[in-house]
Amino acid sequence: MRSIWRTLDRDLARDIALVCVADTIVGVSFGAITVSLGLPLWLPMLLSVVVFAGAAQFMFVGIVAAGGNPIAAVVAGLLVNARHLPFGFAIGDVLGTGWVRRIVGSHLMIDESVAFALAQREPQRRRAAYWACGITLFACWNLGVVAGAFGGTVVTNTDALGLDAAFPAVLLALILPAMRDPATRRAALAGVAIALVTAAFLPTGLPVLLALFGVLAGLRGIRTAQEAAA
Amino acid sequence: MTAASLVVATVVLGVGTFAFRFAGPILRSRVEISPRLERLMAMAAIVLLAALVGIAAFLDGQEFAGIARPAGIAVGGVLAWHKKPFVVVVLAAAGTAAVLRHLGVP
Repeated sequence: MRSIWRTLDRDLARDIALVCVADTIVGVSFGAITVSLGLPLWLPMLLSVVVFAGAAQFMFVGIVAAGGNPIAAVVAGLLVNARHLPFGFAIGDVLGTGWVRRIVGSHLMIDESVAFALAQREPQRRRAAYWACGITLFACWNLGVVAGAFGGTVVTNTDALGLDAAFPAVLLALILPAMRDPATRRAALAGVAIALVTAAFLPTGLPVLLALFGVLAGLRGIRTAQEAAA
Repeated sequence: MTAASLVVATVVLGVGTFAFRFAGPILRSRVEISPRLERLMAMAAIVLLAALVGIAAFLDGQEFAGIARPAGIAVGGVLAWHKKPFVVVVLAAAGTAAVLRHLGVP
């Protein structure tokens, strides 16, 4: 585990630290909002440890606070989180071998840790980026949620800070290098188009999964790249 | 809603989410993966992340998110495409959205 921190260079550590700060602020707001909706103090903390997926947590809390059925809240959260299955296929090898690493590493799988891993070239840096991002964001997110749940309404409007633009920008900055490959770019643009069109009438989570069909637009490029390598 | 049903719902969501997360690494370790499939799976993850960015940029639930957010993300995207440092990209995206909202742009 120590080698992970040694492999991290200063730039990568600074980038992860920045995301960590933003994540903490959103965590504070999640804790504060959940409690202000009249839900119990322990709920945001339990969700953040057990589920550890921001979008699904906000969705779950929103449905429950509106008096919705808990089964509906679970199903909605699971639909939002189903994307972790293809994520695991893509970056499963960075977790390492052995059950402890696989179990702990799987729980640390979030958009940011996946994106940070995919943005690195060498396997060792991938592993370091994934684990460092996953561990620090787990700590920051949970500390933020505890602070928000107890501290109340300090930062409930993160939109005023522009944080709703910061998180997509984090992911965009991390995937742009991969988008310089024409096949990947075609696939991604097709996927975004599918997601945006279907989002008008499908429940949250499903449009992102349907975006996977965008891969079809990049298939030919993959074949050529392989032939070129052969 | 009772506390017990909230705990059960949270745990079910947590276990289900973990199952999604755990399935990929486990199935991967059991099958031989060709370089082509490897590239395809990496591409699929990039496509998913791109779709998340697209949805987050333009939509709040099923409603249009307004102008400030996509404008901020676009500024970040342009800076990232020109290989500006990550910190600059993220702060510029947040700053653009925050300043636009401060000026009354939705």
